[in-house]
Amino acid sequence: MVKGVEFILNRKRVRVETDDERMLLWVLRTDLALTGTKYGCGEMQCGACTVVIDGKAARSCQTPLKEVAGKEVLTIEGLETNGSLHPLQRAFAEMGALQCGFCTPGMIMNAYALLMEHPTPTEADIIGGMEGNLCRCGAHTRIVKAIKAAAPEMRGGRK
Amino acid sequence: MKEKKGFSPGRRRFLKGLGGGIFVFFAFGMLPAQERPRQGRELPADFNAFLRIAPDGRVSCFTGKIEMGQGVVTSFAQILAEELDVPVTSVDMVMGDTDLCPWDMGTFGSRSTRFFGPPLREAAAEARAVLIGLAAERLGVDKGQLVVEAGVVRDRKNSGKRIGYGQLGRGKTIERHVTPKPSPKRVSDYKVVGKATPHNDGVAKVTGRATYAGDVRLPGMLYACVLKPPAHGAKLKSVDTSAVEGDKETILVRDGDLIAVLHRYPDGAETAIAKIKAMWDVPRSDLDPKTIYPHLLKVAPPGETVSEGGDLKAGERLARRTFDATYRDHYMAHAAIETHTALASFKGGRMTVWASTQNPFGAREEIAAALALPAEKVRVVAPFVGGGFGGKTFNVQAVAASRLAKLTGRPVQVAWRRDEEFFHDTFRPAGLAHIGSGVSGDGRIVSWAYDVYFSGPRGAGQLYAIPNHRELSHGHYTGITGAHPFRTGAWRAPGSNFNTFARESHIDMTASSLGIDPVEFRLKNLGEKRMAAALTAAAERFGWKKGATPSGRGLGVACAEDAGTYVAAIGEVDVDRTSGRVRVKRIVCAQDMGAVINPDGAAAQMEGALFMGLGQALTEEVPFKGGAVLVKNFDTYEIPRFSWLPRIETVLVENNEVPPQGGGEPPITVVAASIGNAIFDAVGARLFDLPMTPERVKEAMAGRRAKS
Ligand code: FES
Ligand code: FES
Repeated sequence: MVKGVEFILNRKRVRVETDDERMLLWVLRTDLALTGTKYGCGEMQCGACTVVIDGKAARSCQTPLKEVAGKEVLTIEGLETNGSLHPLQRAFAEMGALQCGFCTPGMIMNAYALLMEHPTPTEADIIGGMEGNLCRCGAHTRIVKAIKAAAPEMRGGRK
Repeated sequence: MKEKKGFSPGRRRFLKGLGGGIFVFFAFGMLPAQERPRQGRELPADFNAFLRIAPDGRVSCFTGKIEMGQGVVTSFAQILAEELDVPVTSVDMVMGDTDLCPWDMGTFGSRSTRFFGPPLREAAAEARAVLIGLAAERLGVDKGQLVVEAGVVRDRKNSGKRIGYGQLGRGKTIERHVTPKPSPKRVSDYKVVGKATPHNDGVAKVTGRATYAGDVRLPGMLYACVLKPPAHGAKLKSVDTSAVEGDKETILVRDGDLIAVLHRYPDGAETAIAKIKAMWDVPRSDLDPKTIYPHLLKVAPPGETVSEGGDLKAGERLARRTFDATYRDHYMAHAAIETHTALASFKGGRMTVWASTQNPFGAREEIAAALALPAEKVRVVAPFVGGGFGGKTFNVQAVAASRLAKLTGRPVQVAWRRDEEFFHDTFRPAGLAHIGSGVSGDGRIVSWAYDVYFSGPRGAGQLYAIPNHRELSHGHYTGITGAHPFRTGAWRAPGSNFNTFARESHIDMTASSLGIDPVEFRLKNLGEKRMAAALTAAAERFGWKKGATPSGRGLGVACAEDAGTYVAAIGEVDVDRTSGRVRVKRIVCAQDMGAVINPDGAAAQMEGALFMGLGQALTEEVPFKGGAVLVKNFDTYEIPRFSWLPRIETVLVENNEVPPQGGGEPPITVVAASIGNAIFDAVGARLFDLPMTPERVKEAMAGRRAKS
C-alpha cells in the first residue's frame, strides 16, 4: 500500500511515498537515487545489498521499507564525514581490498556493523562476521586485513 | 615515428568532436584483422589506442579495453603519469566506449597488461618527445635545455620560459603515429611502475560512487523483466498475460519470442513478470550430469594436434610401466556478483547502450545485427564491470534492452536476477581428458598420449620434456551444435584450468607409484628452466620436505604454463574422513610472469585467482536436466567464502628479461590439481572428477578400501 515512510537516511530525515512493502534496496536505488548499495542475489545470500539499520547490518534486498520507519539507515554514501573517508573506506582502498568493487559497499557496511559490535575483533570474529558476504574476485585476504587495520581507528572514536 | 596525412573527413570530425588537442596513436596486442568487415566509424587498422593531450593539459588514454577488477585502470594511468611527467591525477582512462575508443577485440583476463603495458609506456615516451619538440619550437630553446615537471615544460636556465603541455597545440589538432618497441629491460628504471600502488579507482569503489551499468539513470527510464523459459531449447506454446494487462503501472511488450514487462521500478517489473502464465514445450533430453560424458565422447569431433614430438609407438615400447586414466570436469558458472546488466536508449535513430560487458565492440555488433541497425548507429559504453571471468563476452541482456528501448521509445534497463544469471550464463563446459603414459626404468616419462574433449586446447600442450608425445584437443570450449544442453564459453584460464588438473594429477599418480617425491619427480622430467625455477621457488617458500606420497601430510604439488607465465603451487589440506570434507589450510604459489608492472596488483590478482580456484576444486558444479539449469542462487551453487580462507602466500619469481605476461589467470590453473594431489597425500585416495565434493572424496576413499 502506498504510504509515506519516514526514516533517518545517512543522518538526514527523509520521507518516501511509495508502497511500503517494497524492499529497501530498490527504494534506495531508484526513489532515493543512491546506487552504491548493490543487488547481487535478492535472497540474502550474497551481502552486496548490506546497509546498517540502527547499528546492525541488514540485507536491504529483504528488508521491507515499512521496517525502517523511524529508524536510522546508513548506506555506503553516508560513511564519509566532511568529505573525508571513513577508516574502513580508506583501509579498503589503500590495502587493495577490492578488485571489481561490486561487493565492496556491502563488505564495508557489513564490516562497519561488525566493528561496532566487536571493537577489538579476532581474526575468527572477522571471518565469522563476514561469512555471508560473497566476493567473486577473491579479495578476501585483503578484506580481512583492511578490517583489522581499520578497527583501532574506529575504536578511537571515528564512527 | 612518422606523421600520417590524409585521414578521412570522418576521422577529423571525430577528433574535433573530442575537443581537439594533441593526439598520439599507437597499437598494442592483436590488431583488428585486415579482412574484418569494418563497420561503424572509419578507423584505420594500424592502431587500437591513442592518447590525447587536451588544451587544459589533461591526458586521456582511449582504449576499447574495460576495467573489471584486473586493475588496469590503475596500472595504465601509472605508466602514463610516469612517462609523461604529469601527476597521476591528471590522467583519465577512457575505456570501453565504442564511440570514443578504437576497435578492440574484448578484454579477456591476462591479456591487457601483458600486451598493453610495454607499448603504452613506449607510446607515452614518444608522446613526451613530441611535446618537448613542440615546446622547444614555441619557447625558442634547445630541446636539451628543457625539463618537465607536473606537465609544465620549462627552460632549465631561465625558469620564466615555461609552457604547459596543454598550450602546445595552440588550439589546433595535431596527430602523430608511433610504433612502440617493447624494451623490457628498461623496467629497472621504473619509478612509479613496479612499485606497489593502490587502485586509483579504489576511492570511487569504496564510496559507492563508481558507476556500473546498473547505476546509470536516464529521465523516463523503465526497468524490464523478460519472460524466461524453463529450459534452454523450450518453445512457447501459449501465454496468459491477463494478470498484468489491467495494471496501469506496467507496460507489456510482446515482440516475437520476446515477452517482457516494463515498470518504473525494477521490483515492480519483477512482481509483474511473476504474474504471467506461460506454457512451454520442453524438448525431451536424457542429458544429465552422468549421461553427459558418454554423450560428449560420442559427438566429439576428431582431435586437433596441440603439440607432438618423437614417436609415440616407440615410446610406448620403451615404457616399463604404463598409466592410464580419465579425468572429468563439470559445468561451472561464472557467478560474478554483478549480474549481466544493460541500459539502452534509442534517440534520433541512434542506440546508446551502457552494458556490463567484457566486449563492447562485440556487443555493438550483436545489437546492430538483432535490430538491423548499421553498427555506426549503435554506441556501447562499458562502465566499471563487476567481474567478468570470461562470462561477460556475450550480451543477451544488452540485445534485449535495445529491442525494448526501440519498441517503447523509452530508455530501458535489463538486469538479470540471479536465477536468470545462472540460466543465461555461458557455462564453462563439462569436459574429459584421457591420458595414457609410460615411464622408463629410471623414472623418466617416455611416452604421453593426451586427448582432451570439449575443454579446449589451452594448457594441453606438453609441459614436460617427454621424448615421445602427442596431445589432441577434440572440440573447443565454445562447444559444437548438439554437444551441450546450453551455451558454453570461456571461464578464467579456459581449458588450462582443467588440462592442468588432468596432467598434474597424472604426474602425481606416476610419482607416487614409483615412490618418488613429487617435487623431485617433476624437476627430473621438466625441461623448461623458468618452470623449474617457479617450482623450486614455491617449494622453498613452503618449506618442502622430501617424501613419497601418500605421506599422510596432506601436501600436493602442481605446475603449469599459462598465458606465457610459469606457475607452481603447493597446497596443504585436512580431510575429514567421516564427512569427506576437505579444508585447504595453506596454499603457496610462485609464478614467473615476466616483468611486473604493479607487484601489489599482481599479488592481488594471484590471491584472487587462487581463492576462486578453491571453488572449482571443491564445490562448483551446475546441476542440470537437459536444458533445465537446476541452480537458482548461491544456496545451491557454493562459491568460496571467508571461512574457506587458507593462508595464501604468493611469490613473484623476478624475470625482467621477459616482457609482462598474464597474471590474473595462471594461478587458478594449479589450484584444483594441487588440492587433488594433497587429498591423495592425506588419505591415499585419488579423485578423477572435479569438483572434489565430500561425496566424491568419500567415494574415492571407499573405492580404495574396496580395492585393498
Ligand atoms: S542482494 Fe541482498 S544479500 Fe544478495
Ligand atoms: S571485488 Fe569483485 S566481487 Fe568482490
